[in-house]
Amino acid sequence: METKITTKKELDYVFTVRDVSVSYGDFTAVKNVSMDMFKNNITAFIGPSGCGKSTLIRSFNRMNDLIPNAAVNGEINYQGINLYDKEVDPVQVRRRIGMVFQKPNPFPKSIRENITFGLKVNNMTDNLDDRVEKALTQAALWDEVKNDLDKNALDLSGGQQQRLCIARTIAVEPDTILMDEPCSALDPVATKKIEDLMQILVKDFSILIVTHNMQQASRVSNYCAFFTTKATDDGRRTGELVEYSDTKTMFTNPSESLTEEYISGRFG
Amino acid sequence: MNNSQLLKGSKKERELKELAFLTILYLCVTVAIVTLMTLIYDVISTGYSRLLSDYELGLINKVTIDNPKDFLTSLDSRDPLKAGIGPAFAGTIWLMVIVIASTFPLGAGAAIYLQEFAPRNKLTRFIELNLTNLAGVPSVIYGLMGLAVFVRLAGFGRSVLSGGLTLTLLILPVVIVASREALKAVPDTIRQGALALGSTRFQAIFRQVVPSAIPGMVTGMVLGLSRAIGETAPLIFMGALTYVNYYPDTPLSGFTAIPIQVYNWIGYPQSEWKDTSSAGIILLLGLLLSMNALALIIRNRFEKDW
Ligand SMILES: Nc1ncnc2c1ncn2[C@@H]1O[C@H](COP(=O)(O)OP(=O)(O)OP(=O)(O)O)[C@@H](O)[C@H]1O
Ligand SMILES: [Mg+2]
Repeated sequence: METKITTKKELDYVFTVRDVSVSYGDFTAVKNVSMDMFKNNITAFIGPSGCGKSTLIRSFNRMNDLIPNAAVNGEINYQGINLYDKEVDPVQVRRRIGMVFQKPNPFPKSIRENITFGLKVNNMTDNLDDRVEKALTQAALWDEVKNDLDKNALDLSGGQQQRLCIARTIAVEPDTILMDEPCSALDPVATKKIEDLMQILVKDFSILIVTHNMQQASRVSNYCAFFTTKATDDGRRTGELVEYSDTKTMFTNPSESLTEEYISGRFG
Repeated sequence: MNNSQLLKGSKKERELKELAFLTILYLCVTVAIVTLMTLIYDVISTGYSRLLSDYELGLINKVTIDNPKDFLTSLDSRDPLKAGIGPAFAGTIWLMVIVIASTFPLGAGAAIYLQEFAPRNKLTRFIELNLTNLAGVPSVIYGLMGLAVFVRLAGFGRSVLSGGLTLTLLILPVVIVASREALKAVPDTIRQGALALGSTRFQAIFRQVVPSAIPGMVTGMVLGLSRAIGETAPLIFMGALTYVNYYPDTPLSGFTAIPIQVYNWIGYPQSEWKDTSSAGIILLLGLLLSMNALALIIRNRFEKDW
């Protein structure tokens, strides 16, 4: 199903997705997704478990390349460049399009080294200390850790770890941040901090977030995409995009009855 | 169904079973510990006097050439009271250095390749299967292989180099398997986190995954090493000398090692040799126990709970 938002110009899109299907071996996890995502906005992916949200978001920075039998068909254009073009280097893609994972995954090293690793591999080694401070400040973590930057990152709380992961992602100055359920391992206070942080970051970055939490989607996102699964002929379930619109419309006046049922909690 | 029976069970029966089980466990542990302690006590009580120098024992008040000063440094001798373990001790140190120098790059390299880079195909699976099998091959086979490959083919002779490389072959499978386990224990999320920051696969593996796995890899290596220095059979089959009265000074020197020396001494009929061999065993035990302790310390201090 195709949903187009045509109020803005092509240039304002960070991703334009055309007929994208992602499969693992002969199993199609999500199929025929077409949508355009806006720059400097927060787009939320919602939908029941197994509908392919993670699968899809991983194909936006070619993390799917790491899964041996995953295949992406269709076109994902990032600022006009087809991400799956032969000429495109996945390492450069991931440098421009950062990712924050569901479970905080800091490196088992000091807080400082967690940030400098990305800087070093990207040859951004001038003013390391300033860059570390800037990233941690942007991630709203600086005040909490500035006095023990050499502390092991694994000794931070879960919420701090996740903000550290956000900090190391923005340190390498990407354009876009993908977040796959970044708050699902966090308590409400830490979640609030991350949500507030997203509102600040969105001024500089385009953000894509997968979330299971309807309230979160409605609170933080400007645009919202709802996916669901449908049974295929062979009895397996393939994910599809049902509806994609601005968040307000989606939550007050969804055009699909499936969306309404999901949002109001009647299924999923 | 009768609801009043639902959660009931005889408390006495449960406690009895638990007690029986615990008793069996304690018995097993006790047997093992008592055996070990008896052995250690026996060895120490017969051997400790030889470990001290005559000077320390107060038998003489001046160290002269005729009265060898120290068991640990003096040469072997036909006289059990003068025989020292010096050359064998030095041989064992040489072996350790050679084993470490060759096992570390080979073991870590093979493990990193197999775990992180190798394609998952039939060939890799075949190699993996054989690694596990090799770990179970009797050690004399390695001795024969060392004789054929290092002593004869490579022309290293019956040298400490040949001995060290033979022991390397012996422990390599175990070290590779242990190092792979250490790499496997590093969660995939670390690899993904590194790659998501725009690092190459190489950078992700060598700057994040391998450093996180180093404590586990070193632990495996220390345990392998402690097995290597206790081995006698492969060295004897390889043709290590049994009577050596000089210190090996190059990798191509002939050598003997502590377990060979002890094995040799035990074979002599005079009862005084018993004390001398016990002293050698104490030294070997001390080396083994401190290496195992080192492995434990590394594991406890540096290994991470993810
Ligand atoms: N590595 C993989 N190999 C094979 N199948 C996979 C793999 N990862 C996911 N799948 C399958 O693809 C489908 C979509 O999975 P995905 O993880 O994208 O769902 P999701 O929408 O993120 O679910 P959740 O909300 O539970 O995270 C599921 O049927 C899943 O079993
Ligand atoms: Mg998911």
